Amino acid sequence: MEDDAPVIYGLEFQARALTAQAAETDAIRFLVGTQSLKFDNQIHIIDFDDENNIINKNVLLHQAGEIWHIGASPADKSVLTTCYNKTSDSRVLSCAAVWKMPSDWEMGSHESSDDSAHNPQALELLCRLDDTTHGNAACVLWEPMGDGKRVISLADNHALLWDLQESSTQATVSNIASLEGKGQLRFTSGKWSPHHNCSQLATANDTAIRGWDLRTMRLVHPSYRNARRLLLKLRHHCGQMATLYNSCCTSPQEQSQIYCIENAHGLLVRELDFNPNRQYYLASCGDDCKVKFWDIRNVQEPVKTLEEHSHWVWSVRYNHSHDQLVLTASSDSRLILSNMVSISSEPFGHLVDDEELSEGEDIHKDEKTKEPLKDSIVSTYEEHEDSVYAAEWSSADPWLFASLSYDGRLVINRVPRTLKYHILL
Amino acid sequence: MDGEADASLAVSEDAGNGRRRRVHGMLKLYYGLNEEGKAAEQQESLDPCDINGPHFDPELFLNKLRRECSLAELMDQETCMVKQIRSLDSDMQTLVYENYNKFISATDTIRKMKNDFKKMEDEMDRLSANMATITDFSARISGTLQDQHAQITKLSGVHALLRKLQFLFELPARLNKCLEMQAYAQAVNSHRRARCVLQQYSHLPSFKGIQDDCHAIIEKLAQELRQKFRDGGSSAKDLSECVELLLQLDEPAEELCDKFLNHARSRLELDLQGLEAEIKPYSSASSTKDPSARAPSSAAAAGSPTDNSPKATTFLSPTSNTDILEFIDRGCNEFVSSLCLVITSYQELFINHAQTGELASKNIPQMANGKLHAFVNDLAARYFSLVERRIQEEKGVGDNSLLVRALDRFHRRLQAVAKLLPGSDVPNKGTEIVIRAATERVKQYLAALQSFYLDSLTDVRQALATPRLSVSGASAAGGGALLGGALSGRDATTSLPDLLSSLSASILNQIKSVLASVHLFTAKDITFSNKPYFKGEFCSQGVRESLVVSFIKFVCQSSRQFCESAGDKGGSTPPALLLLLSRLCLDYETSTISYILTLTDEQFLVQHHSPVTPVTSLCAEAREAAQKLLNHYVKVQGLIISQMLRKSVETRDWVNTIEPRNVRAVMKRVVEDTTSIDVQVGLLYEEGVRKAHSSDSSKRTFSVYSSSRQQARYAASYTPSAPMDTNLLSNIHKLFSERIDIFSSVEFNKVSVMTGIIKISLKTFLECVRLRTFGRYGLQQIQVDCHYLQMYLWRFVSDENLVHFLLDEIVGSSAHRCLDPAPMEQSVIEVICERG
Repeated sequence: MEDDAPVIYGLEFQARALTAQAAETDAIRFLVGTQSLKFDNQIHIIDFDDENNIINKNVLLHQAGEIWHIGASPADKSVLTTCYNKTSDSRVLSCAAVWKMPSDWEMGSHESSDDSAHNPQALELLCRLDDTTHGNAACVLWEPMGDGKRVISLADNHALLWDLQESSTQATVSNIASLEGKGQLRFTSGKWSPHHNCSQLATANDTAIRGWDLRTMRLVHPSYRNARRLLLKLRHHCGQMATLYNSCCTSPQEQSQIYCIENAHGLLVRELDFNPNRQYYLASCGDDCKVKFWDIRNVQEPVKTLEEHSHWVWSVRYNHSHDQLVLTASSDSRLILSNMVSISSEPFGHLVDDEELSEGEDIHKDEKTKEPLKDSIVSTYEEHEDSVYAAEWSSADPWLFASLSYDGRLVINRVPRTLKYHILL
Repeated sequence: MDGEADASLAVSEDAGNGRRRRVHGMLKLYYGLNEEGKAAEQQESLDPCDINGPHFDPELFLNKLRRECSLAELMDQETCMVKQIRSLDSDMQTLVYENYNKFISATDTIRKMKNDFKKMEDEMDRLSANMATITDFSARISGTLQDQHAQITKLSGVHALLRKLQFLFELPARLNKCLEMQAYAQAVNSHRRARCVLQQYSHLPSFKGIQDDCHAIIEKLAQELRQKFRDGGSSAKDLSECVELLLQLDEPAEELCDKFLNHARSRLELDLQGLEAEIKPYSSASSTKDPSARAPSSAAAAGSPTDNSPKATTFLSPTSNTDILEFIDRGCNEFVSSLCLVITSYQELFINHAQTGELASKNIPQMANGKLHAFVNDLAARYFSLVERRIQEEKGVGDNSLLVRALDRFHRRLQAVAKLLPGSDVPNKGTEIVIRAATERVKQYLAALQSFYLDSLTDVRQALATPRLSVSGASAAGGGALLGGALSGRDATTSLPDLLSSLSASILNQIKSVLASVHLFTAKDITFSNKPYFKGEFCSQGVRESLVVSFIKFVCQSSRQFCESAGDKGGSTPPALLLLLSRLCLDYETSTISYILTLTDEQFLVQHHSPVTPVTSLCAEAREAAQKLLNHYVKVQGLIISQMLRKSVETRDWVNTIEPRNVRAVMKRVVEDTTSIDVQVGLLYEEGVRKAHSSDSSKRTFSVYSSSRQQARYAASYTPSAPMDTNLLSNIHKLFSERIDIFSSVEFNKVSVMTGIIKISLKTFLECVRLRTFGRYGLQQIQVDCHYLQMYLWRFVSDENLVHFLLDEIVGSSAHRCLDPAPMEQSVIEVICERG
């Protein structure tokens, strides 16, 4: 029981960015980026000692600006990306960069955490993910389960696929997809699908969710526009040129876009997440206070809708191993853990385990009658006082998750034991 | 003595003329006959001077005469008396003579009689002697005649036998003759009489011959009868005669039954075909007839716009041919009545008749009965299927009485069959059809009610969309058009209560009229209304549950759908409609549902045998719908305002903004819209309770606001020194509030609704502010805007602290997001806001 009590950690600054360290599978570790306009921003490395229920923190300086989004490399523990706001000359710029933690950050922390707070080390900049033509990065996505060589950054209405070279010190744009349409379009967030050989990307802009095929994203050629202009001129002369022009003119969006859920949420879509085990399933959340689950093969209607929050939902996360567990964070200061069995990859629980259990027939029968389990809200966590903008599952312990509210409070919780055993057994 | 004589004389003179009677009277006295004498005696009994009285006293009489009378009178009296005495004497003498004469004559008569009797005795003796001799003679005669009498008897017997034989011998010829004359009955009768004899003596060749002849003839006769029977052209009476004769001829009854029934079937089937032909035109010709049929109906509908025009077209089209009453009438008159006729004649022939006759032993009645039942069932089933098909075509909901009357007639006529055939299940099946028709009708009514409801919602929607058309006509000309803007919202809302009341009234009326129509099914004069189904289940399950309750549920459900569908499409439902529906549902919860159900229960005398939906659960459902609608209304209105605020925050460059000179137009717009929403809600919902705020609320807003300003200042002053501000701030927040649920349920009153809307709007403002970075003047602009909102919004909410808190939060957050947090002076803010 005691173990189930939440562990709370307070940051000095307001914070929105939270991620689990993806490459770390032994220690339970979260990274938090702070938001402060007046001071040097920090990255807090939160280590959670599961056995002793103690939090160890390390602080690294992120001097470039306030952090809006943070992403950890799936391959290298010490590499991470941030999206940050830089203010200069009364202008606010959104940038993205790849950083490396200093190699000895762990050493310093163990000696005395107080010292590190006073005198923290700074992150080493590996490379900027800035393209002068494409500003305002909203988020940076690592290739899931990749080798840490490819990232996608979403900037304004462009999705840029970067190749990181020479141990991530150089980044080149290898592919670009753009969203075109009326008005000023901006991506709000995105997710790189772990399925289909990591060839798909889902993005959210305004009320729509779009899926992209990364293989057909257009290669960014510097003279792309020039070529188009040239082809336009030549079109009249030669039929071949005309077809070439047509293929150029059809926007990349049309070519690479796989699906589009217009008006997925009545209002802004805040975030989305792929089901790690079911390749066509996608969860999204937004300002209509709803969490929706989609089958991207049929996007007319959501498969399921959750309407538990009383304000905008900012984050939705599938558990990496048990995809019936879904975590949602909302600006109603609540975190909700739902058990969406019916649309999970294990809709009837563990069938194999059932057979193992069949020593007494009664138990077996019971299991059978229970089989179509019902979706339910497992728990609502109310430890936060302010809007919760981020929630993450630990990459090391599938039963553990962290949530971060704007006032800088990080709360680490566990899945209730009864549910854990119910899923496992 | 003289005196006596005188007295008697005087008396006799007094009653001179009655002397004769007195003589008779005396004689009567003598013979004891004194009836008359008594009367006389009583009259004169007491007077001793009455000379004729029994108490006559001669002394008194004489003294009296002497005292009273003069001499002359005495002399007169004396002479008179002497006269009387003389006449009395002579009377006596004559009487004596008369008596004597009579005595002598009687003696003579007796002597004569004695002689006569002697003579008579002699004659009697002679008579008895004669009688004896007569008896003797007669005995002798009868003895001699004995032999002859026996012979005569024998002869007469032979004569009778001979006559019978003659009958037999003549039988073939007679039969033939009968056959020629078609006097079948006589022929059969004759044959029947002879049959036994012929059978008995068939071993004799001559009889055998006769019998054979007879057989042949009868065979022919039977043949002819059968032929006649088969032809079927003959009337029912002929037919039954035929059957009767054939039965007497030992024709197998079963075969006859079959034939009879077959014959009847062919005729009944003609009727059925006629009926079917009346149905068919619809299915085949409806497609071709439709346009023509619809054209007049739609024209009729257009002619009367006040009528329920959308339904009128659907009602009229199927009934363009014969109506159902006619159809049922025809079915009853043709089919059912001839069926009854067949049944009666059949029963007459095969069952009742057979029961009395010798045929009963052969179990014929049972067999015949079975056949009849099968026959009736078969035909009735076909009839029913036709009727049912026809009823199904009765889609319209217009005039229910026609259908009910038709069903009633249908049902009533089947009772005749039931009476004729007690064991038959035909009436039951008929009742089932009626029940099915009734339930079907109830379903149609439900559908009609639902479509009516949706239509009236569309009307309301249109009325809401074009409020000025209706309002400007009534209001002062040009006023609405000129002022526009905020006033248009007002115009739209003025009609809301009217719309609500007209909507609920029209729905209620519709329900009532439907109930009245359905009530026809249970009217007293309808025969099937006393069936247990119509008394119990129809009322409770049919009308109450599947009509009224379903409709109420439908209303709730469709209302809920407004919330769901509109959520994704961004408020396709006008907010005013949501508000109106929510009030409607709430009214339903508070009164209308119980009213409707009570009405239903009273009208239909519903006895709750089976479990029915209780009023409370319906009310709960309505309340839930009302709640959902109101919540949705709050959400939609909140989102509209949120959207304005969000756009205003997102589209501005807050870092490089100029020093605020006035409140941004958006904020004014927000306050305006909030005010008009407040008016709109106020039209339908009560004020509600708000936390008591003191009379100097406006002052307090400033004081509270100044505290927030202090807080902002405090935060600003604190930040340079230590990075601990957030925790402190959050602690302050904790003190302020428990937890604000933004999109939470609201109560059914204006204040709660407004609080909900304002909460949503301000929370959006807050979240948007947090996503931006502000310059110094950006922060100041937010300060001004918030103060402006503060000035106007507190009055709408239940707890003004809520507004204060959220606005503080906004200002606080923007201070945090500010690159150069230098708040504006409160007095300046106030001046700017006062200026508007």
